[in-house]
This record gives sequence, structure tokens and C-alpha cells, in this order.
Amino acid sequence: MLSRTADHLFWMSRYMERAENTARMLNVSYETSMLPQSAAAAQAGWEGILSISELLPHYRALHDEITPRSVMDFMVRNVDNPSSILSCLRAARENARAVRGSLTTEVWETQNQTWLEVNRLLRSGALERDPGEFFEWVKFRSHLSRGVTVGTMLMDEALHFMRMGTFLERADNTARLMDVKFHAMDSEYFGAPLGSGQPEASQEHDFYHWSAILRSVSGFEVYRKVYSDVIKPERVAELLILRPDMPRSLLASLNEVMGNLQRVSSDPGSETLRHGAKLRAELSFGRIDEILATGLHAFFTQFLERVNSLGGRISREFLLPQVV
Amino acid sequence: MRRFDEMYARLPEAQDLGECRPHYEAYAQWLAAQDPQLMRSRREEAEVIFRRVGITFAVYGDKDEDGSGTERLIPFDLIPRIIPAHEWKSMEAGLVQRVTALNRFIHDIYHGQDILRAGVIPREQIEGNAQFRPEMVGVDVPNNIYSHISGIDIVRAPDANGKGEYYVLEDNLRVPSGVSYMLEDRKMMMRLFPELFSQHRVAPVARYPDLLLDTLRASSPATTAEPTVVVLTPGMYNSAYFEHAFLAQQMGVDLVEGQDLFVKDQFVYMRTTRGPKRVDVIYRRVDDDFLDPEVFRPTSTLGCAGLMEAYKAGHVAICNAVGTGVADDKSIYPYVPDMIRFYLGEEPILKNVPTFMCRKPEDLQYTLAHLKDLVVKEVHGAGGYGMLVGPAASQAEIERFRAALLANPEGYIAQPTLSLSSCPTFVEQGIAPRHIDLRPFVLSGRTVQMVPGGLTRVALKEGSLVVNSSQGGGTKDTWILQS
Repeated sequence: MLSRTADHLFWMSRYMERAENTARMLNVSYETSMLPQSAAAAQAGWEGILSISELLPHYRALHDEITPRSVMDFMVRNVDNPSSILSCLRAARENARAVRGSLTTEVWETQNQTWLEVNRLLRSGALERDPGEFFEWVKFRSHLSRGVTVGTMLMDEALHFMRMGTFLERADNTARLMDVKFHAMDSEYFGAPLGSGQPEASQEHDFYHWSAILRSVSGFEVYRKVYSDVIKPERVAELLILRPDMPRSLLASLNEVMGNLQRVSSDPGSETLRHGAKLRAELSFGRIDEILATGLHAFFTQFLERVNSLGGRISREFLLPQVV
Repeated sequence: MRRFDEMYARLPEAQDLGECRPHYEAYAQWLAAQDPQLMRSRREEAEVIFRRVGITFAVYGDKDEDGSGTERLIPFDLIPRIIPAHEWKSMEAGLVQRVTALNRFIHDIYHGQDILRAGVIPREQIEGNAQFRPEMVGVDVPNNIYSHISGIDIVRAPDANGKGEYYVLEDNLRVPSGVSYMLEDRKMMMRLFPELFSQHRVAPVARYPDLLLDTLRASSPATTAEPTVVVLTPGMYNSAYFEHAFLAQQMGVDLVEGQDLFVKDQFVYMRTTRGPKRVDVIYRRVDDDFLDPEVFRPTSTLGCAGLMEAYKAGHVAICNAVGTGVADDKSIYPYVPDMIRFYLGEEPILKNVPTFMCRKPEDLQYTLAHLKDLVVKEVHGAGGYGMLVGPAASQAEIERFRAALLANPEGYIAQPTLSLSSCPTFVEQGIAPRHIDLRPFVLSGRTVQMVPGGLTRVALKEGSLVVNSSQGGGTKDTWILQS
């Protein structure tokens, strides 16, 4: 297929996935903000959202204070913020429009409808009326977009590049979310560092913190089902990093990326393939105690670097090939 | 001024219900039985669907409040334009004849120039024409076809007896657009009013993309049995982008931009995820001037460097061919009936509108004396721009055109103001007659083919004769009734 077409499809899916993950993060912060907590902890939660997306400097340039309302506004409807939900949905739709002929009618109409609808919702004050319902709507549109893609697209390269985009973005977003949230656990507001046994007083607090992370990736019920245990940080980390059957974990995302990459790759000596396979193998055969021993922050930093470099390699090899 | 309405032999007025033409009778009965409120909600429904499907056209330079380009809907009217079978039959024969002669003419102009040597058309009319491409002289193209896709604009006006007479107003042989609206309008009508299609035998049009693909494949220069066809678009900010994407999708071929193509050793390739792939046929929706920066406009990024080399070597087909503009220029239009006689030895089936060529002193004199009654058009104008409609113009506009005519008479033609036929149309106040035209799309490959009908455009402003979408025109579904 045309490289440019593949590029648009890849980014269309990435932006849709990013919109969903931003909605997930905001929703959890919004729900957490209704729990009793110190002003400093609440502020740290909202600040965390901005640091996940590396947007703190951008935000600071516009606002003096971190308030829930202005963070939400910035992350939902600010058109200068490329990671805001509105910007992502616009980028997804613009990419779709550029290659609408390569999409099924259903996929195109879903993307177009999402864009028309989000504008209508934001204009009509839906976010102010009920933020939770708005975030649910964004998630729902993303589910719909993935479903209509898998349900109607021919299973050829176009689909493979779309799926690759989705899961590469998901790997990135899940890693960022965990990095910030685990970091917060290590900080002064919460109990002792991971694995060192927790003082009684912070346990209740921790429960809400960890369950919020789990819920942001639809993992709360999954956790219970997999571990039949109380919420323990090590297990949360294991579930979201190493479990191949947890749909939003790093390993599950990498599995999907690699499966699709292998299907489009005709060159067995491809460096893209080699780098991806190596990263996946490390997760596949990794153990949580080893990762914790290295330190989670170091692990996530390195993981993000490698995932982004994999994205760059995919672009260079397939999406933006140089002139022959 | 006499008028001609497609639906009514006598328009309804106050107490008078009017007199409906026979081929509209069944529709008129159905329409009379509809609740106006329901029709209004159908109209809104159509608009919502068009938005969701994204059947929009981009307006150059305009920005929405969110900073993205403006996408507008072309207004869609619910009342179809109906043409009886016998009228279409003769129109179709006339179209085949006309387009065949036009293709013969373009081939002749770039080869032997018999028609110039015979003195039928003055030589300077061709060689002084900006649309004449010297690069095409002596270049052979498959099937000797240049205009693969022709949009012939047809209007109807009453003759002395009040009978409707069809005239060709304009031949569009470069990159005629609008066919996607013809197809989408039909889909919309069938969706909104399925019952009408069981009551009427309306000739289907959905086959168009199939015929188009057939035409393009038949125009491939390569001997390969499976030619690779692409649609070349200037990109998503072009006003007709929807149509480009739509046709590519319907034909199942790639929609490419100039940046996707490159030429190597006089062959054209596109960049794919699996390396370069050869391209055999380019259905281009980009004007000649932008096709190849090495030959035409050097700053163009919409085309592909080296394309003309590959084309002249016979390694790729460009549809429509380069240089067709020489035949759809308004200064050439008056000669089309003579072309038909010259190349085919036949009398033209479709009429031309009588035209004054202002480069002729006597025609200029007549035009200047009758500006108030005439339509004056720039020879190279398109899209309803650069036009004077005398009866509707202010004194200042008339004087502006008078000065322009005197300064550059070759640049203009003039025609009597035709009273374009009208068709009942939904407007703010209810149903009222509005002027319409018709653009059938004629496909020339190994044979000349078309689907019955075409795109009917309607001037939504009362009294307006300008149907172009850029000037606030709308569209209607066009029904050819099978007998």
C-alpha cells in the first residue's frame, strides 16, 4: 500500500488511542478528587496528569495555579495543546479524512461523527455538566472506533498499520501513567517505598491510590480475578507490565505491535523487527522482582525511550521511505 | 420573457393548481399527499447524513473558529428533476456524437491539423490559445482518446413556441467534477423516499465507478493485463477532495498525491510500504499546469517531476490527456457544430447556444450595443466567475464590462440571455421554481459510455441563472424514466 496512506492510518489510530487514555487519566483524577485528601495531595494528582504528558511547562505558561477546572480544560479542549482530547480527535479525523478512501465507510463515518459530536458536546457544556459522563463518551467512541475497524476492514496491511498505531500508543501511555503514579507513591505524600512493608496508617490511602490506577486501565476487576488478593503495589506493577493477558499491559501491547509488524514486514533482516522483538522478549521473560530491583522509574524511562525509538524505526522503514 | 418549467406546462398560482406535464404526474400526486412538516424534517435528516458522511467541499482560504479549513455542504434539494426516456435517448446520442467529434478534434490539432488546413477554424484561434500545449504535438495516446471523462453542461430554454429546447452551454474536458454528487444524491433519495422508487422506473446510476474504471483500464498504454490505476489529487484541502477520495474508493484504486509518485528511467512509480510500485494509468484531478514542474509550472508540488517524459514515452496514461483545454475553451465552443460536420459528416444532434465572438468586429459591435440583453463571458473563465448577466446587472457593472471588452475583445464571447428552464424546489417560503442545468458525464475509452442522466444543479436564489456551487448553487437528483 501507499506509504503515505499507511502513515495516516497509523497516526489516526495513535491519536484515537491517546484521546482515550487522556480521558481515562482525567476520569480517575476527577473521581479521586472526590475522596477526602489533603490539598497538597489533590494538587499533586492534577500536576501528575500534566507531567505524564510532559505538558507542565506549557501549562505553566498559561496558568498560574493548578486547579482541577483549568487542568481539565487544558487537557480536554485546549487546541494549542496537542495532547488535549479535542486536538487528538481532530488529528485522528484529519488523518482519516486524508485517506478516507482506504477506510471502510463505517470506519470513516465513525471518526467523522466523533469529531462532529465532540464539538457539539463541548459547545453544549457537557464537560461542565458531568465530566465523568463526557470521559465515558470518549472511551466509548474509542471502543467503537477499534470495534468498527476490526469488524469491517479487510485484514490487510491497512489494518495492520492501524493496529500497530493503537498498541504502540497504548504501550507508551500505560508506561507514562504508571511512571507518574508509582513516582507519586515514592514521594512524601504516601507511605514507604515499594516492597519495604507498609505502615498501617497509609494502607487505606494506598488502597485508593492503587485502585485508581487499576481503574484507569480497566484493571480493577481483572486484578481481583487474576490474583484473588488485596491490592499490592508489586502485583499492580506486574499486572500492568508483564501480564500478556491484561489488554492494556506493556507486554500485551508489545505483543500486538510485533504481531502486526511481522505481518507487514517482508525483510527478515529488518532492524525494526529485531529491536521490537528484543524489547518484547525482555518483557516476556522478565520478572517483577528484577524490575523492582533496578527501580521502576529507571525501567519506565528506558522503556519509553525504546518504544519511541521503535515508533521512529517503523516510520523510517515503512511510512516515510526515502527517495530511491 | 417566455419561461419553461420542467414539471408544469402551466405553473400553479393562487387558486390555479397549474397543469402538470405527463412525466411528472405520478410524482406531483405523491408530493401533494406529503405533509409539509415531514418534508421539512426529511430535509434536515438529509443534511445530518451528508455531514456525517462528510460529503462536503472545502472553501479556499476560509477558516472555521477552530482554525481548520471550512467544509461546506452543497445544498441538496428533495424534488427530483425528471426527464422522459425519449428525451434522454436523443440527448445521449447527441452526447456520444459531440464527445466523439471533440476527441477527433484534439487528436487532429496535435497531429495533422486537417481542420485548420481546411479553413474551418482559423489557425490563430488554436496556436494563440493558452490552452494549446506544444508539448503534445505528435504525441500518440492510447485509442487516440484525450478527453476520457467529459462533463457536458446542458441547459433547456423555451423556443418561439414555448417548447423546451436543449442546448449545450459548455464542454468541460479538463477535470470536470460533480459526479460524486450525482451518485450521492441518488443514494440519499433512495434512503429518504424508497416508496418513490417502487412507483417510478428510474434508471439506476450506481454503475458509474465501474464504467469509469473500465474506461481507465482501457486507456492503459502498457501491455500488462492488470494495469495499476491511481487517482491523483491535489490533496485534502482541494475543494473537490471528497470526490477524489470517493471515486478512488469506489474503484478500489489508490488515491495518490504528487509526493507519492516519482519517475525513474521514464517509468512512473508510487512509494509503497513494500517499495516502489509501477503506475500505468493516472486519473488526474490536477490541472495541466501543475502536473510536472520540469515542463509546466516549476514551483508546483502537486505533480511529479519527469511525468511528461514518461507520458511521451508511452509508459503511462494521463486521463484526461494533457492539452484537452484547447477544445473546451469558450472561444472554440462556437466551432463544435462545424467539428461534428467536419469529422463525422453528420448534422449535430445537440444545439449550441448562438454565440457572438467579440474578436470579430461586427460581433463586438453588436455585443456592445446589446449589453443589457446579453450574457458576456470571459473566454478562459470558469465556475461562474468573470461573467456579466446583462438583464440582472447594474449600470456600473455593464460599464465595467464595456471597458474590458474594448480593451481586450478576444477575451470575451457573448450569448443571448437564455431563460434557463426551472424546476420546483424547496426554498424558505415553500416550493418555488428555480433555474436548473444538467451535467451528464461522458466516458470515452474503447467505446463511449455513460450512465443515464447526470448532475442537475439548481440556482437557489430567486431569478438567479448561476448554478455553480461556488456561487450558492445546489443539486437535485436526476431521474431518467424508463419507458
